[in-house]
Amino acid sequence: MLSAEMLASAIRLAVPVIITAVGAIYSERSGVINIGLEGMMIAGCFTGAAVAFYAGPYAGILAAVAAGAFFALIHAVASVHFRVDQIVSGVAINILAYGVVRFSSLSIFKMATTTPHVDCLPKVTIPGLAAVPWLEPLVSKVSPLIFLAFLLIPFTAWVMNRTVFGLRLRSVGEHPLAAETLGVNVYLMKYCGVLISGALAGLSGAYLSIEHTQMYVEGMTQGLGFIALAAMIFGNWMPLGAMWAGLLFGFAQALSLRVVTEAVPYQFIKMVPYILTIVVLAGFVRRSRAPAAVGVPYERGEAA
Amino acid sequence: MLRTNRILALVMVIVFTASLFALSGCQKEEAVKNKIGLVFDIGGRGDLSFNDSAYAGLERAMADFDIEATYLEPGEGGENREELLRTLAEEGYELIFAVGFLFTDAVISAAADFPESKFALIDGYVPDLTADSNIVCLGFAEHEGSFLVGAAAALKSETGKIGFVGGMNIPLIQKFEAGYRAGAAYVNPDIEVVVNYIGSTGEAFKNPQAGRELALAQCDQGCDVIYHASGASGIGVIAACAERETWVIGVDSDQYLTASDEEKPFVLTSMLKRVDVSVYETIKAFVEGNYEGGYKTFDLSVDGVGYSVSNEAAIADIQDQLEEIKAEIVDGTVVVPTNYEELDAFLAELGG
Repeated sequence: MLSAEMLASAIRLAVPVIITAVGAIYSERSGVINIGLEGMMIAGCFTGAAVAFYAGPYAGILAAVAAGAFFALIHAVASVHFRVDQIVSGVAINILAYGVVRFSSLSIFKMATTTPHVDCLPKVTIPGLAAVPWLEPLVSKVSPLIFLAFLLIPFTAWVMNRTVFGLRLRSVGEHPLAAETLGVNVYLMKYCGVLISGALAGLSGAYLSIEHTQMYVEGMTQGLGFIALAAMIFGNWMPLGAMWAGLLFGFAQALSLRVVTEAVPYQFIKMVPYILTIVVLAGFVRRSRAPAAVGVPYERGEAA
Repeated sequence: MLRTNRILALVMVIVFTASLFALSGCQKEEAVKNKIGLVFDIGGRGDLSFNDSAYAGLERAMADFDIEATYLEPGEGGENREELLRTLAEEGYELIFAVGFLFTDAVISAAADFPESKFALIDGYVPDLTADSNIVCLGFAEHEGSFLVGAAAALKSETGKIGFVGGMNIPLIQKFEAGYRAGAAYVNPDIEVVVNYIGSTGEAFKNPQAGRELALAQCDQGCDVIYHASGASGIGVIAACAERETWVIGVDSDQYLTASDEEKPFVLTSMLKRVDVSVYETIKAFVEGNYEGGYKTFDLSVDGVGYSVSNEAAIADIQDQLEEIKAEIVDGTVVVPTNYEELDAFLAELGG
């Protein structure tokens, strides 16, 4: 049951969740709930595939990142600047992104729900390891974005815990008033957090459309943006935790796709990550700890 | 204030009067043309499959007959499909196509309120229709086409193991599976068929990630021909088979034509479901005044289903055998099962 092929499949399915969940950490740690991740992924999916069709996969991925960041900017302006309820703004982003993408798809390709085929990035094979039989499926012909996703984990941990930027970002999410008293630009930090989360959601969208399917199909995000949010919570707002949560999700998916038994219907296996998230949130395993000021709009100058 | 209101009222009156003239002008012009409407299934135009095939039929009819045609796409979840049917009926469309079984309830309710419009429901089933009904159900013998590609798969397989990736697990898709498995067993009783379904909701037809992973899993289990009946999710199945260099069989429309250059060599054939034929024939009958309500089935004998031969290099060596089997189905020597019970009986008979 546990084969290298299965693990490789789990990793491929986990990567979009991991990238988006890591992005969500930046946003939430700065105190902004980003429920619009799904919409930002959709924007990344389509923009990535559309630009890749005309200008190649590298340009496609950059454009996807930009598209995700653009929708994040709308979210940031609404929820940070105008202090709109963050949930409402996020939901609006999801609906807006869907509509904009369908409109663009119709006007560019005359097709509502798909783009033409696009090329993916050159696949990477690690020469030495690929010769080991058991490792072969894991290290040969792998999308480079998968390596990037796993590099994001230590990088984000380093940013959060070892840099001035990370400290300020977290302080804004925990206690914006105190942060501003100490001279931290609260709005700037929140903008950074939301924009990074949007950019990463866009990147994960590009992974789906350019790397995984080599085409955009409407609805291909399948709610992964929300699952990423759950993975981030399950991972206790930590990059390493988000990675394990993402892998758990990918593993459950791979399991449900590969292990079909009469005894356990695949629907039940698919439920596993969601049930675990609820269990964690309900505090059965350990207390999940959200940033203290997450979801609370902050008005600049409250300190004065 | 009063003054501006009066002016406003006057402007309104002029606008409405003008639009009345404009409208009556339009109607005079269109009186000769039949108005044909079409509402796509979720997936919409550009799914390289079912919807595109329906559109192809509409396009062909537009070229051949003097008709005015329009098409609409439902929103993402497809919840507004009934609204779209009603919109077309209200605007005086005389023949309205509803592409897909998901429209069944919407068509029943819209057809009751708009007796003047005719509704053609593709793939759906509405009970108790007569020739006078304003609903016609256009069905396909997908099991017959699937039987042929199942035979093709078994003839091409070297490992003796072939795969089937279904979209939503419902009787309609199980009909594809039953035909495929029967066809494979017909030419090779020892063939092993690995069957997977993507899910149990409409979302299963647009999940190419899952399609790809399922196909890769089947390749890992040793399948060397995979047939998909999963709508846009099949894009992932085709991509996976090209990656593993195994045969793949498309569905609904000829997916060899829409595959990328790297994928083309591996698309063995496609089970053609000639939605375009059904749309075209229905419009033709309507324009010629021969519209009839009730049920129409497009089967192998009228080329309503079939298999594609555009990948000549791949299919040439087995085409003669497939034609023989096709003739046996058309003349009734072989009766293709449509569900699991009939399939079990069919397989038992083959074994015995």
